[in-house]
Amino acid sequence: MTAPVQQFKRQAEVLTHDLRHREIIQTALGKYAVVRDKNRGAFQDYQSARQAAAETKWEAINHLDKHLEQLVSKLEARGTKVHWASTGDQAREIIQKILREKKARSIIKSKAMTSEEIHLNHALEEEGFEVVESDLGEFIVQLKKETPYHIVFPAMHLTRGEIRDLFNKELAANATDNPEELTMVARRVMRQKYITADIGFTGANFAIAETGMISITENEGNARLTAALPKTMITLVGIEKVLPRLEDLALFLPMLATSGTGQPLTCYNTMYSGPRQPGEPDGPEEWHVVLLDNRRSELLADPEQRDALHCIRCGACLNVCPIFRNVGGHTYGTTYSGPIGSVITPHLRGLDEWKHLSYSSSLCGACTETCPVKIDLAHHLLQNRRNSVQKKSSPAWKLGFELMNFVFKRPGFYEFVAPLGRAAQKLHPMIAGKAFDPAFPWTKTRSAPKIAKQTFKEWWRERG
Amino acid sequence: MTVSLFIPCFVDLLYPKVGISIVQILERLGHKIDFAEELNCCGQPAFNSGYWDEARELAAPVVKRLKNAEAVVIASGSCGAMLKVFYPQLFAGTELETDAKKLSSKCFEFSDFLVTKLGVTDLGAKFPAKVTFHDGCHGLRELGIKRSPRALLEKVQGLQLVEMKEEICCGFGGTFAAKFPMISTAMGDVKCAQAAETGADYIISNDSSCLMHIQGLLEKQGKKLKTIHLAEVLTSR
Repeated sequence: MTAPVQQFKRQAEVLTHDLRHREIIQTALGKYAVVRDKNRGAFQDYQSARQAAAETKWEAINHLDKHLEQLVSKLEARGTKVHWASTGDQAREIIQKILREKKARSIIKSKAMTSEEIHLNHALEEEGFEVVESDLGEFIVQLKKETPYHIVFPAMHLTRGEIRDLFNKELAANATDNPEELTMVARRVMRQKYITADIGFTGANFAIAETGMISITENEGNARLTAALPKTMITLVGIEKVLPRLEDLALFLPMLATSGTGQPLTCYNTMYSGPRQPGEPDGPEEWHVVLLDNRRSELLADPEQRDALHCIRCGACLNVCPIFRNVGGHTYGTTYSGPIGSVITPHLRGLDEWKHLSYSSSLCGACTETCPVKIDLAHHLLQNRRNSVQKKSSPAWKLGFELMNFVFKRPGFYEFVAPLGRAAQKLHPMIAGKAFDPAFPWTKTRSAPKIAKQTFKEWWRERG
Repeated sequence: MTVSLFIPCFVDLLYPKVGISIVQILERLGHKIDFAEELNCCGQPAFNSGYWDEARELAAPVVKRLKNAEAVVIASGSCGAMLKVFYPQLFAGTELETDAKKLSSKCFEFSDFLVTKLGVTDLGAKFPAKVTFHDGCHGLRELGIKRSPRALLEKVQGLQLVEMKEEICCGFGGTFAAKFPMISTAMGDVKCAQAAETGADYIISNDSSCLMHIQGLLEKQGKKLKTIHLAEVLTSR
């Protein structure tokens, strides 16, 4: 198996040269930026709103134990069955056990990145269950046998024409690339699935401790149908999704929508507080909430980076990230891509294997600047780099920096850098841009800067 | 005032005119230059690569040499961010922590020093050209410098500034440019395209490291667009 770093570099090489792909992403995200900025303007003071959101998340995460206990007791009080899963394996086993007990065959799902994180669909399909994604973007990538391209826009890398071809091939549709028409194709398939599914599976955007509610925001109404029609509902929630109070949603729902899609609010915002109660005419008969840790508590134990648990999965950092915009979501090879993925994947899946994501950043800080809950993303990339070197340094890089230090700390040696550089540069044009040029990573696409005829220090000394 | 000047290695070796211009401007304004000649590097390459012990080896002499300065001017937003923002983190819990914080409070990126510390914007420069301005990310987001370079450019005679449509990284990123050259180059292409869209003849920046990367791309591609450091524009007559 290829190491993730090789996989990343190979894919990045391909996609950075795919100008069509780059154009699709830049255009989509350019449109997002325009509406996002417009709707940020609808906040009385957007920067204060960010500060308030960050503080609420600090409170939620710093007292996570207390909030989780409260959440669970409120959920259980209305008859919800709550399960604790320390690992992805455990979460899958819990869910599979429920499915077996219910003798379920088919599952309709609304969008849940946590289920991607634990590779749920794959495990369920292996066992013979039918799993259907009901979010349109997720439905498309599922048909294409791909993972979501982006936390919020799973199919943003596909054009209407590609989706038309996919639907015509996989669903025997006879559609044009008209968006309404394509949506109706998906809708016809899904409506049947909602009615026949044994299980409705959802994720969660927020979990309200005070009232024991799960908040789901969406634009298609698919999560509502997923939750309302099947007899049994299962919700998988990362433990960091907790908010202390119901009123916190007044800030977080518009914050999530504006950061996520640029909307003032998403079209449907629903709070689920329990299964069907006595006397109620509809709703699932049973509701299982699975709380997923999967190394989140290890991140909580890291005083430098625990604010990464503030993340509301809005994808805003991906949208502004110049690396994401040039290499795309799949290149990362992770569930969570972009800056937040580069920060948390080493914590969730191991630093050794995933540290390259922290290095593949120019540290421009656009992510930190846009994050609605003020996660110190760019600096966390630096900390991941430091931590990986502390665990295992590269002998070549270490030697390089030691040599550099040796020269830079000794003016007598540093004086020779300019004359030696000038001599080397006389010969360099012969090999510049060729594969055996030691500076090839630079000179392949860039001309090399020239050592000046007179350096600053030479000038300074000359003027006396 | 005595202004201590920190000239990073790439300005010394590759872009001496930037340093010379800074000296000329500050001296013309009546300030005395204390050039820290024995310093060559702030330690950022090692720091950004995760080699904090090695970074401290270069950074410690910087802290010791400059901690008692009246003001420190740095000829690069990126090195400026290293001294001002990252030294206190790098030396946290060490015996130099207090000195690093003391130094931090006196550090200024060159354009910001002129505008916010000295209150100077008009240097009598003349540069008849259509230009666009590239904000180095460290200067922009770590140091929060956006207005100062523009305030200086506004007063340059004959200069017409056209902004690019986005504040976006040029893709240099230090060792990133060599470790992930394909991504760095793609980012640079996006930047150059946005600069070209403005119709400018020059990309001006207050960071030579970004310009080294941008100029390298433009030259290799045979583009007409040129790059120049802000300090050189401010000494043009």
